[in-house]
Amino acid sequence: MWKFLHKLASPPHFYDLSAKMIPWFAIIGGIFIMYGTIAGLFFAPPDYQQGDAFRIIYVHVPAAYLSMMAYMIMAISAGIGLIWRIKLSHAVAAAAAPLGAWFTFLALATGMIWGRPMWGTWWEWGDPRMMSELIMLFLYFGYMALRAAIDDTVKADKASAVLAIVGAVNIPIIHFSVEWWNSLHQGSTLLRDGGPAMPAEMLYPLLAMIFGFTLIFGALLLGRVRTEVLFRERRSRWVRNLVCAQEGRNE
Amino acid sequence: MSELFAMGNYGVFVWSSFGLTLIVLLVCIAQGNWHHAAVLRDIKTRIRAMELDK
Amino acid sequence: MNERESEPPGLSQGLSSIVRRDILLAWKRPGDVLNPLFFFAMVSTLFPLATGPSAAQLAFSGPGVVWVAALLAMLLSLNSLFLSDFEDGSLDQLILSPQPLPLLSLGKAIAHWLVNGLPLVLVSPLIGVSFQMSGQTITVMLLTLFFGTISLSLLGSIGAALTVGLHRGTALLSLLILPLAMPVLIFGARTVSLAANDTAVSAGIYFLAAYCMLALTLAPFATAAALRISNE
Repeated sequence: MWKFLHKLASPPHFYDLSAKMIPWFAIIGGIFIMYGTIAGLFFAPPDYQQGDAFRIIYVHVPAAYLSMMAYMIMAISAGIGLIWRIKLSHAVAAAAAPLGAWFTFLALATGMIWGRPMWGTWWEWGDPRMMSELIMLFLYFGYMALRAAIDDTVKADKASAVLAIVGAVNIPIIHFSVEWWNSLHQGSTLLRDGGPAMPAEMLYPLLAMIFGFTLIFGALLLGRVRTEVLFRERRSRWVRNLVCAQEGRNE
Repeated sequence: MSELFAMGNYGVFVWSSFGLTLIVLLVCIAQGNWHHAAVLRDIKTRIRAMELDK
Repeated sequence: MNERESEPPGLSQGLSSIVRRDILLAWKRPGDVLNPLFFFAMVSTLFPLATGPSAAQLAFSGPGVVWVAALLAMLLSLNSLFLSDFEDGSLDQLILSPQPLPLLSLGKAIAHWLVNGLPLVLVSPLIGVSFQMSGQTITVMLLTLFFGTISLSLLGSIGAALTVGLHRGTALLSLLILPLAMPVLIFGARTVSLAANDTAVSAGIYFLAAYCMLALTLAPFATAAALRISNE
């Protein structure tokens, strides 16, 4: 087991293996998303309260879930990199941040588009989830800005890892404080809670979308980690051999 | 058919959010590929420079 | 260590000496202490000028204004927390000293609070009065600012340690710290405005006290780790 993990963490091996994994992730994820989109848009019955607008959750929920997932991946792999000094782990953290920021943006944007017909406003200050997502976006920006400000990769890895961990400790506190803040607002009754549990025709497409998006996210993440590995190992022999072999094939 | 796409008057919202999702996914893919190509290009120039030095 | 050398000073002595040193340094350069205070007072003056002088409006926006101004004033002073130590090399000495670095980081944060946070808390009643706050509201505001500024000093010391020695550190520091400081702002400002409406305030004050304790226990370790990384 340890031998396998050790081998996986070696950059050239990871570079080869991930190249083989990415198409599988993308194809299977794509199939699930295609099923989820078609079933969600055309076959799921309209919601009894929200009508057809509820179909936005088929993209909103996966995006929101992945925006949090990406932060967890980032913080955990940053912690692993800081404690056990695994270089690949830092590369994962660096790659997860921009993807997380994109998915947070997507969650916010689709949430706003949903809010317009449902609440009658693009931006509802009283909704704790939207506030949490917005603060999460700021946390991603801070992480990426710190990384960009430090030229030395090793130093950038460690410093941003400390920030990611401090942020991870703070996220539950932020969420709690935003909920408390909202609980004092009166009359912001949301339609989300209450109502019967989701029927299966609504639920299965959603589960398929979540699973498909996770796989696509995995493919995107692996792709970015490969770029990070290539950049970090740019002076090593295996990268030189790899690039030279590619050149030879092209000419 | 057009009724199917109207989504009970919520069509603009539903289709724009699905469209935006598609755009963000494509941007993510393009950004990743572009970055990868840039790093590869960088390494190639470095190798050429080293060969010229010899 | 050579046995003949004198014993290193105890933990409390190490803590108190670094606090004393930083306060002494601040005393020598009073401008650094006064600037954030003036900033605090001036930002609080800007809001009534921008929104109009009606008493009802001032009473309504007062808690938020005081808290935002306090947060920004604290941020302003945080940038220089480790800067002079970094430039003259005393940061190396701190890291190499036999005292545990988290303890020294705690000392730096305490000194920062005594020099920047405490005067701000003491000045805030003046601004509270100008915003038509009642005596009870001002007491609550003092309590929230007391716990809040301690938390901000500790939280900010992490950010200051991460950005020390970087170009354009100030803007970066705000970008790192502001999202993390949002719970403090939310609880601080909301609790004061609850007090202004004669509603129960204990929950907010308990939260701020708990956050302050959490920051006191965890932040020094993060700051110490960040200092080691920044000073490599």
